[in-house]
Amino acid sequence: MSFVPGQPVTAVVQRIEIQKLRQGDNLILGFSIGGGIDQDPGQNPFSEDKTDKGIYVTRITPGGPADEAGLRMGDKIMQVNGWDMTMVTHDRARKRLTKKNEGVVRLLVTRKSLEEAVKQSMGGCPRQ
Amino acid sequence: MDTESTYSGYSYYSGRSRGSHRHGERSRDRHKSRSKDSRSEKSVTINTPPAEPLLGDSAVRGEQIQDDNWGETTTAVTGTSEHSLSQEDIVRITKDLEDSVGLDCRRYFTLTLAVILGLLVFLTPLAFLVLPHLLWPERLQSCGTACEGLFISVAFKLLILLLAVWALFFRPPRAGLPRVFVFRALLAVLVLLFVVSYWLFYGVRILDSQDENYQGIVQYAVSLVDALLFIHYLAIVLLELRQLQPCFSVCVTRSTDGEMRHYNLGQLSIQRAALAILEHYYCDFPVHNPALLSASKSRAAKHLAGLKVYNVDGPGNNAAAGLAHSQSRAMIAAAARRRDTSHNELYYEEAEHERRVRKRKARLVVAVEEAFTHIKRMQEEEQKKAPGDVMDPREAAQAIFPSMARALQKYLRTTKQQHCHSMESIQQHLAFCITNNMTPKAFLESYLTPGPTLQYSRDHWLARQWTLISEASVTSGLKDGTIFLLKCVDFSLVVTSKKIPYIQMSEEYIDPKSHKFVLRLQSETSV
Repeated sequence: MSFVPGQPVTAVVQRIEIQKLRQGDNLILGFSIGGGIDQDPGQNPFSEDKTDKGIYVTRITPGGPADEAGLRMGDKIMQVNGWDMTMVTHDRARKRLTKKNEGVVRLLVTRKSLEEAVKQSMGGCPRQ
Repeated sequence: MDTESTYSGYSYYSGRSRGSHRHGERSRDRHKSRSKDSRSEKSVTINTPPAEPLLGDSAVRGEQIQDDNWGETTTAVTGTSEHSLSQEDIVRITKDLEDSVGLDCRRYFTLTLAVILGLLVFLTPLAFLVLPHLLWPERLQSCGTACEGLFISVAFKLLILLLAVWALFFRPPRAGLPRVFVFRALLAVLVLLFVVSYWLFYGVRILDSQDENYQGIVQYAVSLVDALLFIHYLAIVLLELRQLQPCFSVCVTRSTDGEMRHYNLGQLSIQRAALAILEHYYCDFPVHNPALLSASKSRAAKHLAGLKVYNVDGPGNNAAAGLAHSQSRAMIAAAARRRDTSHNELYYEEAEHERRVRKRKARLVVAVEEAFTHIKRMQEEEQKKAPGDVMDPREAAQAIFPSMARALQKYLRTTKQQHCHSMESIQQHLAFCITNNMTPKAFLESYLTPGPTLQYSRDHWLARQWTLISEASVTSGLKDGTIFLLKCVDFSLVVTSKKIPYIQMSEEYIDPKSHKFVLRLQSETSV
């Protein structure tokens, strides 16, 4: 996912739907996020481009809702319920994911392996 | 009362002839007062405008009716000039005379009581020692070594007691308080009872039975002096030490312009607290300047002057009280509906005034600095110069004063301070500054800001007669929420007290080695 400033971002994304789990008073998703436009992108271990300030999944609780839905560590979250996550602050991303009146979040995530899978499938089946 | 709000003890001096006008105003001139237009430079300042008519003075009322516009054009109504007497002054002086006679009687009475008590206290031990020698000298046992040692002890203890009493009680009285000082009265009664009981015992057991044991008598006298020293210790604790620990925070507000100060006081009676507050007042509060209050009064007069109420119904319809009530209600309603632009005027007037003050201040500063450059201190080796050139500070001040006099006068008039400073006092201050090598800025400071009342001349201390107005008894102690008033002729000080809360402090220990830090790599939030 190369990011050229001024140009629209294109990426191959996977749609993941996570049902929030109720634990006491909170609704949890079972993963941790890092990144944001107010954070230091050089510290991100998962991004290819060290100037990428997007939101990344840094940790998944094993057996949690995110794990079961198919989210993987290192995924970059592009959208949450239709809201853009590529140019948000860390706190805004957290707020979008933890809205109390939503029981389900629909994420669009991207990872390196998706691109390669698409390339392989396109290469395997030549255009007709 | 109307008189209290519009009277002041001071007047404006006309700017042109400061010295000569002082002696001119002997009687109250009934001039038509002109409005003080402070915008134009050539305006006429008010000399001695007439005050409101005295009660029952028909001659004045007659003159007042002729002048229809009197209420409309006045912007500042002041009292009389300094050298004429107004009704208020006469009332004040007679009250002073009455009170001072009464107060002096009381003061002399307490003074004589104190002197009698003191003599009684000091002569009692000496009497105890001397009387046996006078009454039954032949039967008395001779005084041995220990006994004579006790003589020395009595002598020195009496000397210490004398010095201590002189230090604590023989100080010039600071003030005359309305009620008796409770602790002093209690102590006097205690000492009296004490001495009387000792005399009783002495009279019954020693004089009547004519005891021969002289050493016992001397020891008795020593015990009396010891006990007196302890009573003196009690006096120190009750009178001086008890109120040192701050217990109440009092807030003092001046009623005319809202100046507020806060002080910490200990456990005092209301009258002693009032005295302490007054002593702080003279040092901390800026001097009361009635000229600064005239603007708001004129605005208030304008608000009321614009509305006139007519009673359309027949004269006998409503009761007097109901009529007044409905009239005032009608006035309030009409005033609320009226489109009032006085706030606009106030804003522009204040901006204009500030600009003018700053301009005059700039001119003044430049003039003073230039004046100060004309003189310099004469060095030792220049003493050979002609003695005609050499001046003492007073002459030097008189030499450079004319160059700054006009600028200073204009500035004082703009800031309405001209009655606080006379030419004489300004020249004295200038001589003082020159003598002590002060800079022009140091000389000007006392004119640029209004200082505390102590800074000004004696006649500004006119209000030395204060009245304490309080709902609680003035000898009762200060409590949380006590409110009392200190009234003087021109204004009053409103005092409220609050108790200083009990502070509960706890400790927390931090190990110096526990200050450790890590770098924040990236914040990670779990959702």
